[in-house]
Amino acid sequence: MKGHLKKYSLFMLIVVIDLILRWRVPTAGSTAVSSSIDYLVEMLLFIPPIFVLVGLLDVWAPRKIVEKHVGPDSGAKGVVISILVATAAAGPLYAGFPVAIALLKKGCRLANAVIFLGTWATIKIPMLMMEIKFMGLSFALTRLILTVPVVILIGYLIEKIVEAGKDLGSRNPHREVENIS
Amino acid sequence: MFNVILFIMTLAVLIYSFKKDRQKTRQALKIAYNSFRNILPSMLGIIGLIGLMLALVPRETIEGLFGNNSPAGILIISAAGSVMLIPAFIAFPLAASLLQAGASIMAVSSFITTLLMVGVLTAPMEIQYFGKKFTILRNVFSLAAALGIAVIMGVVLQ
Repeated sequence: MKGHLKKYSLFMLIVVIDLILRWRVPTAGSTAVSSSIDYLVEMLLFIPPIFVLVGLLDVWAPRKIVEKHVGPDSGAKGVVISILVATAAAGPLYAGFPVAIALLKKGCRLANAVIFLGTWATIKIPMLMMEIKFMGLSFALTRLILTVPVVILIGYLIEKIVEAGKDLGSRNPHREVENIS
Repeated sequence: MFNVILFIMTLAVLIYSFKKDRQKTRQALKIAYNSFRNILPSMLGIIGLIGLMLALVPRETIEGLFGNNSPAGILIISAAGSVMLIPAFIAFPLAASLLQAGASIMAVSSFITTLLMVGVLTAPMEIQYFGKKFTILRNVFSLAAALGIAVIMGVVLQ
């Protein structure tokens, strides 16, 4: 119960500020409350179906397929699959860490794991819908088009650098990762 | 209109899923409910902050700081994006309200790109999973990429 209250502390603080504003500076107070309510209504009309989609994607997205197709010798196909699966994911970036580790342990190459993480962080489908709704289609599309190549590039760059840092004898790009986890 | 299409689409997918596998669909709805419950407190908090910002911070202040693509403004808002830990779901309404309050596309883009790609507060967790070198590389590259993308967006979407 206490943890529950703590989660709402920011909201409760704001309600108090809103009340004080309404009392001391009525114009600012009513602007604050009415713009908050506008945003709240807009989000409540929009978020429930998105979360249902997130849930469905989470249940149906076939993680097994990824594990099969993102191994050390996977080229473009591995990249495409990493991206597609990550876009269907739910949850913040740090929720993607254990998934990426699981992929690495299954033999996924480092570049694909980084691409998976980058996609997970930046272009999930439910998130894109939110972006289109609030920022507009051209904003969302431009960001998407610019982000995909950059994420892929970062994946290969990191793999190159990490691999170059290893002993010449070891060709395993994610040995360090395995030892740590 | 967008909402109507979304509702119809979701409903169609949901019915299809339910016909294929009741158990999975039930689990999906549970995930949906839990995600909603998890996000609700921060959502209400951020929405409240948006209201306060629109009411209390004069348009000139936001325009002056983030409206003219000044390097200082972009750096401040990128630092905020890199450090903050708010779900993307709520970040977009916040970004929209910043635009509404007079911030430039470039500034708002850098907020979003850094927020999504750079994680300063989650770095310790990332180090535990992937090691220090990986984490530093990923975050530094991502920061550079985030700024680059934002600058291009600011130019393209004038």
